Amino acid sequence: MLVIGERINGMFRNVRRAIENKDKAIIHQVAERQIEAGADALDINVGPTRGKATDNMLWLIETVQEVTDKTLCIDTPKFDVMQEALRACENPRLINSTKATEEELEKYTALAVETNSRLIALTIDARGVPADVDGRVAMGATIVTKAMEAGMGIPDLYIDPVILPVNVAPKGPEHVMEAIRQLKLLSDPPPKFLIGLSNVSQSCRETHLINRIFLAMAISAGLDGAIMDATDRDLMEAAITAELLMEKQIYCDDYVSAYLRSR
Amino acid sequence: MPVPSVKESFSAAINEVTIGATSGEGGTRSRTVTIGGDTGLPLAGFEAEFPNPPAIAMEVSNAGVEGWPPEVKRHLEGLSQDVGKWAAKCEEWGADMVCLRLRAAHPDEGGRSADQCADDVKRVLENCGLPLIIWGVDDPEVDNVVLPRCAQVASGENCLMGTAKEKDYRTLAAACLADGHKIIGEAPCDINLSKQVNILLEDVGVSVEDIVMYPTTGALGFGMIYIYSVMERARLAGLSGDKLLQQPFVLTVGEETCRVKEAKTPEEEEPSWGSVRARAPLWEAATALGLLDAGGELFVLRNPEALAQLREALDRIWPKAQ
Repeated sequence: MLVIGERINGMFRNVRRAIENKDKAIIHQVAERQIEAGADALDINVGPTRGKATDNMLWLIETVQEVTDKTLCIDTPKFDVMQEALRACENPRLINSTKATEEELEKYTALAVETNSRLIALTIDARGVPADVDGRVAMGATIVTKAMEAGMGIPDLYIDPVILPVNVAPKGPEHVMEAIRQLKLLSDPPPKFLIGLSNVSQSCRETHLINRIFLAMAISAGLDGAIMDATDRDLMEAAITAELLMEKQIYCDDYVSAYLRSR
Repeated sequence: MPVPSVKESFSAAINEVTIGATSGEGGTRSRTVTIGGDTGLPLAGFEAEFPNPPAIAMEVSNAGVEGWPPEVKRHLEGLSQDVGKWAAKCEEWGADMVCLRLRAAHPDEGGRSADQCADDVKRVLENCGLPLIIWGVDDPEVDNVVLPRCAQVASGENCLMGTAKEKDYRTLAAACLADGHKIIGEAPCDINLSKQVNILLEDVGVSVEDIVMYPTTGALGFGMIYIYSVMERARLAGLSGDKLLQQPFVLTVGEETCRVKEAKTPEEEEPSWGSVRARAPLWEAATALGLLDAGGELFVLRNPEALAQLREALDRIWPKAQ
């Protein structure tokens, strides 16, 4: 499964300070710690930092590239920042993200093709996040159609069916899982599915426990990746075990260590 | 309407393992042999790369040929008491490698000492320029004394030594690391165990790229089908990125064929089976070809006619470089 480490985000205070003070050592450390823990890719988000977003993003990409050649998941809502970032990024690239409106999809799928990047597409449109399964599936279909029209390889497409906090949207987890199950049948090969995991437990007390259990459940519904805290050892072990139980990995007694070494 | 492409592509490749060392590389072999490197399923030349053809090793036993079927024995007259002469003959027959089985080290076979076995290794090395496989007796008490001594006298020759097992791998691993040899990881028809043996070897410092997997071998019926399935499953996982299943396979096809009644019963006893002279080598070569289709890269044979038949078939079916 594609584990995208979530920690390089200006939302976290140490990262914000590092960006503002151009302190490379902190960023290197945050990147390396996630990769050692088993991350396949790193989310790169400048968050609410002072200074020009593009400059901060380019600095962050350059800094992270100094210590890894793993995929960078460029996380910004601003199209112009995304364009600049993708062109500057030498590592494999993942665009995070586009919404499911026609206009955005056309822009972002073209950018993905132009820059040879993979793309995350959220099932969100002008009306927001659908409150049911059907809305997610309809948007998923639009996303796949637009990606095909743009000439994208469908396995390079990650649909994010948007998980909301379980304390405010109690049906969210089941809707997300059912949407994945249905959308898997949409094309052959199917698109991939990814979620921003930590959202499911936002403002809950048992964040680690909820994240861990939901990740295992979503993997059984067909989830292919998550933006998550790769340094949460229990969470990683749950993901690795869920994949083993779904026969994504061949068993051996040391299967956890075998998975981590195979990264 | 365009014809849809059915080509499959995988994210990873099988490891390339080189056995033997020439004088330029610190050994005395006249050539080296590299196996593995496949980027797709066996023989699928239209969608993958196959840089190295499978290698054929001929078995040489320091316990002679007692108990071997007459159809194999008749090729080995005057050779079976002298591992040096026998190995030289294998080279003449066109083998890629020699597989020296140290059966005589077993207490039931005379309990040849570590030093005597080491002398056998030396004789083979002196009389034959092919890369060497050195294979113990499947008894840890014997192997852990004999194999390190043999590893030592073959130091620098980059041999392939076996076998390491889940319950017994440390001594051989240490010997291979110390004297620069590749290692065979054995797991009897068990993919989970194959993977576990590899991870255990890696834990004690062996590079996963220096391992060849031995899933044991079957040459008839369910035995063969089980081995085939285990290999196929491992191969798919390896090609899909599992680094602990990207090792090439070695198979003891000659030895296994000698256990098969259908390959050795004379025509007088079973007239409908036809000439055993034709049947025996054909069975051995055909078994190797069957296991080649599951991902086998290194075949240890006994019958020189089987060697010729397998070579001829490989020349015909092995994908040529594009």
